[in-house]
Amino acid sequence: MNFNSLYEKPVLFAIAAVVVISIGTLVTTFIPLFLPSTQPVSPLVKPYTAVETEGRDIYIREGCNNCHTQTVRPLRAEVARYGDYSKPEESAWDRPFLWGSRRTGPDLARLGGKYPDAWHYRHMANPRSMFPASNMPAYPWLGTAKLDTALTARKVKVLGFGYDDAEVARQLAAFRRTVTVPSYASAQVRDQATPAALRGELTELDALVAYLQKLGRDLKAAQRPAGPGTAQAAEGKNPYAGDRAAGEEGEKIFEENCRVCHGEKGAGGFGPKLATTNHKFGGTDADLFASVSGGRPGGMPTFLQRLGRDRIWKVIAYIRRLEGGNR
Amino acid sequence: MTNGKRSDSVVRGFALSSVFWLLVGLVVGLWLAAEMIYPSLNLAPWLAFGRLRVVHTNGLAYGFTLAGIFAGSFYMLEKLTRTRLAFPGLAKVQLWLFNIAIALAALSLFAGMNTSKEYAELEWPLDIVVVVLWVMFAVNVMGTLVKRREKQMYVSLWFLVACVVTVAVVYILNNLAVPVSLTKSYSAYAGVNDANVQWWFGHNAVASVFTFPILAMFYYFLPKSAELPIYSHRLSIIAFWSLVFGYLWTGAHHLMLTPVPEWIQTVALAFSLFLIAPSWASVINGFYTMNGNWDRMKSNYLVKFFILGITFYGLQTIQGPTQAIRALSGHLHYTEYIPGHVHMGTMGWVTMIITASMYFMMGKIAGRGIHSVKLANVHFWLILVGQLLFTVALWIAGVVQGAMWKATNADGSLMYTFLDSVAAMYPYWTARLLGGLLYFAGIAVFAYNLIMTSRKPQAA
Repeated sequence: MNFNSLYEKPVLFAIAAVVVISIGTLVTTFIPLFLPSTQPVSPLVKPYTAVETEGRDIYIREGCNNCHTQTVRPLRAEVARYGDYSKPEESAWDRPFLWGSRRTGPDLARLGGKYPDAWHYRHMANPRSMFPASNMPAYPWLGTAKLDTALTARKVKVLGFGYDDAEVARQLAAFRRTVTVPSYASAQVRDQATPAALRGELTELDALVAYLQKLGRDLKAAQRPAGPGTAQAAEGKNPYAGDRAAGEEGEKIFEENCRVCHGEKGAGGFGPKLATTNHKFGGTDADLFASVSGGRPGGMPTFLQRLGRDRIWKVIAYIRRLEGGNR
Repeated sequence: MTNGKRSDSVVRGFALSSVFWLLVGLVVGLWLAAEMIYPSLNLAPWLAFGRLRVVHTNGLAYGFTLAGIFAGSFYMLEKLTRTRLAFPGLAKVQLWLFNIAIALAALSLFAGMNTSKEYAELEWPLDIVVVVLWVMFAVNVMGTLVKRREKQMYVSLWFLVACVVTVAVVYILNNLAVPVSLTKSYSAYAGVNDANVQWWFGHNAVASVFTFPILAMFYYFLPKSAELPIYSHRLSIIAFWSLVFGYLWTGAHHLMLTPVPEWIQTVALAFSLFLIAPSWASVINGFYTMNGNWDRMKSNYLVKFFILGITFYGLQTIQGPTQAIRALSGHLHYTEYIPGHVHMGTMGWVTMIITASMYFMMGKIAGRGIHSVKLANVHFWLILVGQLLFTVALWIAGVVQGAMWKATNADGSLMYTFLDSVAAMYPYWTARLLGGLLYFAGIAVFAYNLIMTSRKPQAA
């Protein structure tokens, strides 16, 4: 056959084109589908609960993935900003995957447990009430919409999460109790985002917050050291104690990193009041350093990688001034 | 050239549909650009950025670009085969079904029915409609090629066939999903595999929508407009096969430094660099076609569209592979640099070629050229300057943003909060909006000019 006749035989030409595009497809896409090493599975990474599944679908519906990634790259600054880099096992239950392609807002892969629920309720209702320079849309309509759970059992079955309809109903009821009892830690802020008629129901915002709190939590749980802050316990004394300039610099750092949760001049908010000598996790230099650098349960993130030792001590110098002003 | 009647009305129908969806997609784009600066414009759920961005990308990739490709394809098919479309009635049905499908697609995306997979967001019932549309198109392309009266198939027809088969393969495989209701489904693949399949699709949707058929139009309409033969037939053979072969390996360059297996990333990087050669073969073929006749850039209003278009294609295909290099990907990926890159391709390359091809086709169909060459020149300069302002602003923005994310103090702690990097973007976002407005003004001039051209026969 004369090779040039390929350009005279359209059907043969189309077949040739299919063969040519199939080679790269086969090697880079099709064969990896059948290699278990492409998507390893770990028992430490749990499937989503019924509520988290609904929350994830709201995340998809609103197109959150258009501005937020969910994959931390193995780069030094990235690990410092967000936490440990993403592992393939963490995506095993994700259909679809939600790694995203653009960070108009920050990566969310390590968001779970970083802040208390109340932080999210307020932030979703109006991001600019907390961060004036933010350009994230406000989502007030999520808190005013009752969560539709008609398809939840079916979704869980299709996704193969391994629990039955009765368990779905139990989880939905249990979660509803959790967020609607008066003793719920974020009850006050949730009530502000939820109309009176829906305060006893599950809303779309409840489900979304549940999903956001799941992100990265399994990995964090698997990697948790003996206790938060233990590695930094050796740091005992503030080198900036009484240093006026350091305290002023600490105030700026506080404004950018702490104010949103601990309130104006440490008056308290989602996080405990800091303008006091009676600190929740202890008031010595070593205690405060451990709290800021290593984080505390209930929503205090770790700041060692982000701020570094020096700036943490400056913030503590500022906190000491707040204590003083309060005395 | 053709024997008997031609399918001018279908070509005109797709051309005007294309212009309509172009205007809609750009208005949405402008709204998005404004939302970046004024978040209070997220007035309602269907206007919120996350939903609107998907309407923008789908409306322009599928509404505008595909309609433009259909118009150009049917026109070129009849000319290059010297015969009428095999199934002109089917092409008319395709025109109507296409517009209904795009309208439904826009409405469903406004309503938040989306799969989240980029450029494959449509839910499964609309995916089926898209496949039906594509089969209709493929039947006409192959049918017309089989009954052609011209012995050799010209290079434009090869790219058309490549477009037909590649879209079919990547679209169907990436959209495989298990439905839970009429408006909701879950991907057939999980996690890393879903990511790998998605970006194999994502990159080859770019290849088979923004590259192959646009090259087909370039290879046909540049020589036609310039009244010069294409420089080298042999070069186009080499360029074609190596481009079509290489593209399918490169999807994972969208997933550098993610949990996708490292070997897949590295293979994608290698083939991305390889693709510079066949991409530039087309650039060189275009430039050398003009050799000795560069004065036609000045004397022929269409030539400059095609030459600037292929120049941006050349820049695009250098920039793209460099972004695949791990060190650069680490700095630039996820920043504004990437939308800057994409918009050079779409606003610089794709739109230049499609709008110029439409002037050529509609001028021929009207039988007396276009309504106003002067307005075509105004259109050219507005979209050129608008695009450059838009893309250059975003490239700089991306480099700044990446640097702020990386910057550390002497003790290794981070220099900037994420919010600092957002606050630094506002001036660039303003420049982008201005560029978008200029570009939109150019497209509005184009739309007016084209509509006036298509009206001419009735007026006479």
